Amino acid sequence: MAILVNKDTRVVFQGITGATGAFHARGCNAYGTNVVCGVTPGRGGEEFDLGPRPARPGEKPGDGPGVKVPVFNTVRDAVTKAGANASCIFVPPPGAADAIIEAFDAGIELVICITEGVPVMDMIKVRRVLEQRRAEGQKVRLVGPNCPGVITPGQCKIGIMPGHIHLPGNIGVVSRSGTLTYEAVGQLTRMGIGQSTCVGIGGDPVNGTDFIDVLELFAKDDETKGIILIGEIGGGAEERAAEWIKANLKKPVAAFIAGATAPPGKRMGHAGAIISGGKGTAEAKFKALEAAGVKISRSPATMAETLASML
Amino acid sequence: MKIHEYQGKQIFAKYGVPIPKGIPAMTVAEAEAAAKQLIEETGSPITVVKAQIHAGGRGKGGGVKVAKSAADAVELAKKILGMQLVTHQTGPAGQKVRRLYIEQGLDIARELYVAMLVDRDARRIAVIASTEGGMEIEKVAEEHPEKILKIWIEPAVGIAAYQARELAFQLGLGKESLGKFVKLLTTAYEAFTKEDMSLLEINPLVILKNGDVVALDAKINFDDNAEFRHTEWVGLLDEAEEDPVELEAGKAGLSYVSLDGNIGCLVNGAGLAMSTMDVIKLEGAEPANFLDVGGGANEEQVKKAFSMILQSPKVKGIFVNIFGGIMRCDVIANGIVAAAKGLDIKVPIVVRLEGTNVEIGKQILSDSGLKITPADSIADGAKKIVAAVKGA
Repeated sequence: MAILVNKDTRVVFQGITGATGAFHARGCNAYGTNVVCGVTPGRGGEEFDLGPRPARPGEKPGDGPGVKVPVFNTVRDAVTKAGANASCIFVPPPGAADAIIEAFDAGIELVICITEGVPVMDMIKVRRVLEQRRAEGQKVRLVGPNCPGVITPGQCKIGIMPGHIHLPGNIGVVSRSGTLTYEAVGQLTRMGIGQSTCVGIGGDPVNGTDFIDVLELFAKDDETKGIILIGEIGGGAEERAAEWIKANLKKPVAAFIAGATAPPGKRMGHAGAIISGGKGTAEAKFKALEAAGVKISRSPATMAETLASML
Repeated sequence: MKIHEYQGKQIFAKYGVPIPKGIPAMTVAEAEAAAKQLIEETGSPITVVKAQIHAGGRGKGGGVKVAKSAADAVELAKKILGMQLVTHQTGPAGQKVRRLYIEQGLDIARELYVAMLVDRDARRIAVIASTEGGMEIEKVAEEHPEKILKIWIEPAVGIAAYQARELAFQLGLGKESLGKFVKLLTTAYEAFTKEDMSLLEINPLVILKNGDVVALDAKINFDDNAEFRHTEWVGLLDEAEEDPVELEAGKAGLSYVSLDGNIGCLVNGAGLAMSTMDVIKLEGAEPANFLDVGGGANEEQVKKAFSMILQSPKVKGIFVNIFGGIMRCDVIANGIVAAAKGLDIKVPIVVRLEGTNVEIGKQILSDSGLKITPADSIADGAKKIVAAVKGA
């Protein structure tokens, strides 16, 4: 089970021949992700060397055989010729929005955009297209941009997170922050508590997937027994998630909000992490979540502990 | 990125957003020439001398004054140019006025408020308007939320004329101003989207006695992510208005915010960097800064980041907190060692490394001879640095 990605997910890397795209395509392959091809416009027909993948059941333990995958000019080719159903985007900001929409139009069901620094005006348009496609009945989802990606431990990693800190299990993690997600996962794994799926939704003000989208999936997933939600100051996404949890979610949720000490009006790295006009403070988010029965971890060091106490 | 009012108005002019006649002035002599030119062009002796700083609330702080003659304008320019202007947005130290904008005086009938910004919850651009022009909008929103009008713009269509008209009716504009208001909103929206703004605030937007609608102010922030398609922004940046340390960090590709405490932080990732500040506070101390070296920083950037923290006189201890995803721990360690080389570091340093190549990183640090206290978790690190700073 788990959510969004599993061992059957067939991944195309958009921007596979760039330095970062190549590095992480190889990293995902080494984790065991089923990387089926790459896309770089103008480089169609080339072959990309992903290096060895892990041994599969029935094979000798250790490194499996080396994997070479085709590079296509278009995402449509990746879908029709290689059967890709998920995409991981490493295209630099000027072309990122175009890459996302290309993936939508090619029929990719799960589009994960890692790229940091996409202009918000581009994301407003992308979001508009996404909503339109979904209203028309297309099965499509965008995670990111500016996110670490999605991982179902032991099955499929699409993104830049360090795979080795994860452990297969029953806790869902959803977060606006990258390294803070690793922190939570590291804590869980150290306590021997595994994760069903970890989703980084990204730190930009306009993105593809909200907390509620992921919580809905976790709620329906039998394998997920508890959830860690990691928010940040700025915006109202955590408050909306709290409302939804109160009305819909029976599973235990622990939460941490980064930025309780951040001064108003200052952007804390992420474009979305800013307290403006007295809105979006950590305190307001803590309060909303607590009212929804979520247990708050006041310190980032006790995220796993807090959830464990509810299980 | 923020720009000055006069630069914002130059952008308005390009898009046809109605603005008063005005001329920027960097010196008193230029202010005098500007005032004389405006008086000649408009036939009215009234001009307004406006301090150009990036903070709002300039009028209340004494940075905007009406001059009744050219000589009057010169006197005001002398007074305002070089003053430390204190507003609710500058902090108690204020901001030195280095530039002026001389503008024609207008016969104002009403002052309104109009802003455009990215509404992250609606994932649209929102237009906010209020009859309470010239006021602090945060205060209006708090005390009279019913006086804040809001519309959302469909990105595929742009601002619809009916939406602008609806706002105009709710603001109580007369027939003679209706079309002019619609035109102002439409052109301003075009400027907002084409110039990649993240905020556009016109406070006040004025209705003149003859019914004209004019942007009397222009506060513009750009979306930094869109810098790659706006090479002209470099020319609009006024470095004197920026925090020098934050500016320096930005040039090195680092995200840095100065804070009031005494524990310097070097962290990878914005969320973890904020959390590191939070955990220091929970331990009873205060962070000196927010510093995110990003996911892919190189040794040079880490070196830069570490020396920036070291140079700050208020820093009494340093906490390095790294959870390497794509960031390799050996790169961090090499950067720290390179920055510390040759310096007599007196403050305690606590380093917590986790993730990729962590063993190599720890080895580099212990081989360096630097006096570094290792920590094995975020809590452990925070405890150790707070104890070390308080014990010193």
